[in-house]
Amino acid sequence: MKNKGRFGDYGGFYVPEVLIPVLEELEEAFYKYYKDEKFVAELDNLSRNYAGRPTPLYYASRFSEYVGFKVYLKREDLLHGGAHKVNNTLGQGLLAKYMGKTKLIAETGAGQHGLATAMIGALLGMETKIFMGTTDIERQSVNVHKMKLCGAEVIGVEGATGTLKDAINDALRYWTGHVDDTFYLFGTAAGPHPYPTVVRHFQTPIGIEARQQCLDNIGRLPDIIVACVGGGSNAIGIFSAFLEDKDVRLVGVEAGGEGVSTGRHASTLVAGKIGILHGTKSYLLQNQEGQVFDTESISAGLDYPGVGPEHCMLKDIGRAEYVEAEDKDVIKVFDLMCRLEGILPALESSHALAYLMKSKGKLSSDTVVVANLSGRGDKDVGIIESYRKVTKG
Amino acid sequence: MKSYSELFSELDRTALIPFFMIGDPDYDTGLEIVKTAIDSGADILELGIAFSDPIADGPTIQKAGIRAMRSGMTVKRAIEFIKEVKDYKDIPIGLLMYYNLIYQYGSKEFFEDCCKSGVNSVLVADMNIDNAKEVADLQRSAGLDTVFMVTPNTRSERIERIAAQTNGFIYSVSLLGVTGSREKLSDTVKGLIEKLKGLTDVPVCVGFGISSAEHAVQIARSGADGVIIGSKIVKMIEENLDDKQKMLDQISSFISDVKSALAAI
Ligand SMILES: Cc1ncc(COP(=O)(O)O)c(C=O)c1O
Repeated sequence: MKNKGRFGDYGGFYVPEVLIPVLEELEEAFYKYYKDEKFVAELDNLSRNYAGRPTPLYYASRFSEYVGFKVYLKREDLLHGGAHKVNNTLGQGLLAKYMGKTKLIAETGAGQHGLATAMIGALLGMETKIFMGTTDIERQSVNVHKMKLCGAEVIGVEGATGTLKDAINDALRYWTGHVDDTFYLFGTAAGPHPYPTVVRHFQTPIGIEARQQCLDNIGRLPDIIVACVGGGSNAIGIFSAFLEDKDVRLVGVEAGGEGVSTGRHASTLVAGKIGILHGTKSYLLQNQEGQVFDTESISAGLDYPGVGPEHCMLKDIGRAEYVEAEDKDVIKVFDLMCRLEGILPALESSHALAYLMKSKGKLSSDTVVVANLSGRGDKDVGIIESYRKVTKG
Repeated sequence: MKSYSELFSELDRTALIPFFMIGDPDYDTGLEIVKTAIDSGADILELGIAFSDPIADGPTIQKAGIRAMRSGMTVKRAIEFIKEVKDYKDIPIGLLMYYNLIYQYGSKEFFEDCCKSGVNSVLVADMNIDNAKEVADLQRSAGLDTVFMVTPNTRSERIERIAAQTNGFIYSVSLLGVTGSREKLSDTVKGLIEKLKGLTDVPVCVGFGISSAEHAVQIARSGADGVIIGSKIVKMIEENLDDKQKMLDQISSFISDVKSALAAI
């Protein structure tokens, strides 16, 4: 590898020897093409005309009135596929094409990354396999149907809990046996180098646009940026443009599940300890001896015991702060957003909104907050209904 | 304590190296199984410590790890297990495991405890020669030999770097893929062994997918110093969980068969 892929002491590439040649190949291709004129133009064209960039920055006036400060939503939910994931799959998909690869594999939790990969697989005419935990296949079945309609094969993974961690395990195993023709389109800013760097790069338009939109529409930078954190791709995508703006607070919101004290959550940065999983050194939810915990969250996309290495570094140096939102608050704010704005936020994104709901009365009325609305919640309607039944019954 | 180099120089044939997950299906049965393997002719033991997320392992070894963990296996108990094996016979032992367990134990302390209990080497499945420095120096100063993997897609320049860091043996993976028994031996393996032998004098042991005495003989004929057989044997545990005697008999006769086939070359 040319680069060590470190963010402070985090990151790296803790993978078996067999994966080194493909990761080296990916690293080389990334640095060769990411500034290449033709590549950039092709990606830009697809981002605009296929995916729908730039996305609006919307002033949510009724939600703002409710919380008592100014809330702007970065509308990644309006992108094709319904989430920010398409930014990354277009970028990596094009890379795969430039590298001459013919097959794509990907892991998915909520199914948003799986869908975004299936779409790009169809667009580029590549055979696509999506690894997905069996629990997630059940709870995010709408996305499973969509992936299949786009021609992807969805492979169910049992593992310990049938969630994102298990899907990544099996995708890595499959890749090990198919390194010669298969491109692993990783979905978040975690995993072995160069993925955290690659995924971050393809998600930076979120922040670059948002920053400019703030200057143009509000006339100043925001006070706070808030985003949900699963592996951390939508959060790093929006944070990255503001890292040098020291007065802008960056807040990442993790899945608090039933509460961090219950142990049933996925709040890695809040409650984890440094370890190594899926090729990267990061905070990790694990027991004393290093067995990785099964996590729990109402949102499949945040249900992961690790987190991207750059967020670990940002936490340690104090540049970003990380908090959790519990399932019950996530449901509450999901409802609020529907009723007040007519917007169905993804359960993942609702974690960021829950932080705002809980900040009601705690921030001055002229505070400007930008929340990254990373995806739309159509996929979650069934989960909301059954959650209500369970909690009421 | 018997070293790899002593063993390889004593042997005038290819070493037989069975793999077991420590504590599969439970501590006591696992110990009986390993003793049976020793009695049946194992020259070296390759032992795994169960991890929650074994990305280099296929379904058979994954299930073995789950059985071991369900029966209460921990890293500390694994080290006790190794001591009991070494009390039974002074046979070289290579561990095969994932980095997070070592990292949480404390790498330095872990390697020292391994060495004290009679382990010869610790191969970290999710490491490669580029980041091996993080463990290799600590392994050497603890008194362990180093073992690293080479796969069919490893370039010659890397093989030379790997060989230079290795004083135990090179664990050569026969195919592109995870652990698991295969019907057919991969056709890349012969070329890989010959290539390794041309590049280094470090002993070469071959594993992944080796499932029969014929496979072992082919590997031996290609010039390997050892054959590692994992999933094929572990499957015998899985398939006979309710009949321990049958399990032990099957493992014993399989290992004896492979051993005599290797001895007859
Ligand atoms: C809408 C949405 N937001 C956020 C996430 C979490 O991923 P990340 O932290 O990489 O943005 C997902 C993952 O599936 C998602 O679907």
